[in-house]
Amino acid sequence: MHPATCWLRRPATAVTDMARIDLDLAHAYMANPKSDDDYALLPLAMSFSDGGAYALLGPSGCGKTTLLNIVSGLVKPSRGSVRFDGVDVTARTPQQRNIAQVFQFPVIYDTMTVAENLAFPLRNRGVAADRIARRVGQIAEMLELSGQLNTRAAGLAADAKQKISLGRGLVREDVSAVLFDEPLTVIDPHLKWQLRRKLKQIHQELKLTLIYVTHDQVEALTFAEQVVVMTRGRAVQTGSASELFDRPQHTFVGHFIGSPGMNFLPARSAGASLDVAGHRLSLAARGLADLGIVTLGVRPEYVTLAAAGAEGALPAVVTQAQDIGTYWLLTTQVGAGAGAGGVVRARLGTRQAIPRAGETVWLRLVGAHTCFYKDDVLVAEAAS
Amino acid sequence: MKTVNQRAWLLILPVVICVAFSAILPLMTVVNYSVQDIISPERRVFVGTEWFKSVMRDDDLQGALLRQIAFSFAVLVVEIPLGIALALAMPAKGWHASAVLVLVAISLLIPWNVVGTIWQIYGRTDIGLFGAALAWLGIDYSYTGSARDAWLTVLLMDVWHWTPLVALLCYAGLRAIPDAYYQAASIDGASKFAVFRFIQLPKLRGVLMIAVLLRFMDSFMIYTEPFVLTGGGPGNATTFLSQYLTQKAVGQFDLGPAAAFSLIYFLIILLLCFILYNWMQRVGTADKEAGHG
Repeated sequence: MHPATCWLRRPATAVTDMARIDLDLAHAYMANPKSDDDYALLPLAMSFSDGGAYALLGPSGCGKTTLLNIVSGLVKPSRGSVRFDGVDVTARTPQQRNIAQVFQFPVIYDTMTVAENLAFPLRNRGVAADRIARRVGQIAEMLELSGQLNTRAAGLAADAKQKISLGRGLVREDVSAVLFDEPLTVIDPHLKWQLRRKLKQIHQELKLTLIYVTHDQVEALTFAEQVVVMTRGRAVQTGSASELFDRPQHTFVGHFIGSPGMNFLPARSAGASLDVAGHRLSLAARGLADLGIVTLGVRPEYVTLAAAGAEGALPAVVTQAQDIGTYWLLTTQVGAGAGAGGVVRARLGTRQAIPRAGETVWLRLVGAHTCFYKDDVLVAEAAS
Repeated sequence: MKTVNQRAWLLILPVVICVAFSAILPLMTVVNYSVQDIISPERRVFVGTEWFKSVMRDDDLQGALLRQIAFSFAVLVVEIPLGIALALAMPAKGWHASAVLVLVAISLLIPWNVVGTIWQIYGRTDIGLFGAALAWLGIDYSYTGSARDAWLTVLLMDVWHWTPLVALLCYAGLRAIPDAYYQAASIDGASKFAVFRFIQLPKLRGVLMIAVLLRFMDSFMIYTEPFVLTGGGPGNATTFLSQYLTQKAVGQFDLGPAAAFSLIYFLIILLLCFILYNWMQRVGTADKEAGHG
């Protein structure tokens, strides 16, 4: 078990209310975890800086909601600590940490009106009535709920209810951070897009620290400045959208981000040459010399067609050619056996001649954007 | 045009027969009795609404009706809040939860007349734990001698017997509230009372409605327990409607007035349930046009 360390860089802002959040912890829901599988979160250390917009991205069950609940204080980590501005808050409740959180399904107080719902977090903290009214007005304006302020919240549609939940998360000005747990799951696609933009806008206006959990890469990459990709209780990479796309630090990131995900092929590096599926590519890859057996990873966007027998290209049989509208998706089989070759997908522009299924094409796999992995971890990039 | 298929009637025939024998025929028998004076099995005279008029003027019956309303009201006022409090205090998880559930449900398994007998002994000042304890504390208590004590004992007995039902219903209702509500409330900084007032109570509305209706109907028809405990006494302090009715119908064999009163009794329950149900539907959902949540 090796801790994943990632320090998220962002210049500290002068806002005093918010806090830099440092995590150094592990969590298991069971009492005596033995193997890695028993952990919901493997040991990790990461920081969220003031006023940043972050996303935790990963498939269901990868531990992202657990991580979020640990930050908010709903779950106490079984090991390690949570620090806000250097102060250990591990034992504190969400209320003491002054965290706002929005959940996957709308939570509204049935008997209250929309305005009362929005005012609830402020009222509980004894904020003066005129300040509450002003703040509720602002938030309602932002979320386009102004017209419904005096309606009973229980009768509204799911998306309006979720807007109320979002509003309750944003209504306090002095929160340490606002956490979102897949908040747009219940929202219609067109409203989803609108609300996501709204959140981004709110982030720019209020300069709150936002942490957003999602399994949707588009949502994560458009919302956040920094995305933490998680799988099976491990944070495998943190970075901007382009970093995650161009330099996946882990095969999971390559596979999970992008559609379709990165192509992976077994390869062997020896000296200045690289053997892929029985073909020797003489293209020198810096730093590969002593690695032996590696996994070659290349995104479908960076696979190009080459002339038959071209230098640095290898043959593949087209199994499927799909017209996706703005591009063609070519599915090919490289090499014969399962151990020696694999499926390679390529995104081709609509202008060029598209090979048909059954044809043999020559593909150029190694280029500036090709990555090499050993034990799923990035070891080298092709010479650029 | 749709074709009319008369054979559909055949399909509902079993239901019609069942309902006829279980509800309509017995009810019509009562209606039949209520408009006749049965002098002997062979001789009967049609008397119209006379029984209804005389029953309505009966002082004993009016007394029993008032006592009954007061009793049912007291039952609801005590059992509903107590049941909610009990449900809130019960553990949610683990073996404690199962153990407490079984303990709470025990009184519900005891037959009515046994409950009466238990309390008859329990309340005795010589050998009963409850009565003796009160006597030891210097409280002058006798459910056979004092009308107030008898009334309170019957109420206490009903609370002991039936509060667990309310508690179990509320417990089920509480367990159905998703965790996210409590988490959100904790994030929103809600106090324990606010959680109860704005999450738990509104979410319990459905089960509370069932609990109130069940406890109201049941307490309004209470018969066995006071009959065993006090026999309706002392005097007629604990003579509730159904006991009064039984005295009339079985004791004095006044089938006509008893039947007339049965019908009135039935209508009273129907009316009060209707009022209660509608009131509870409205409470907590003030703007009806916004739909229901």
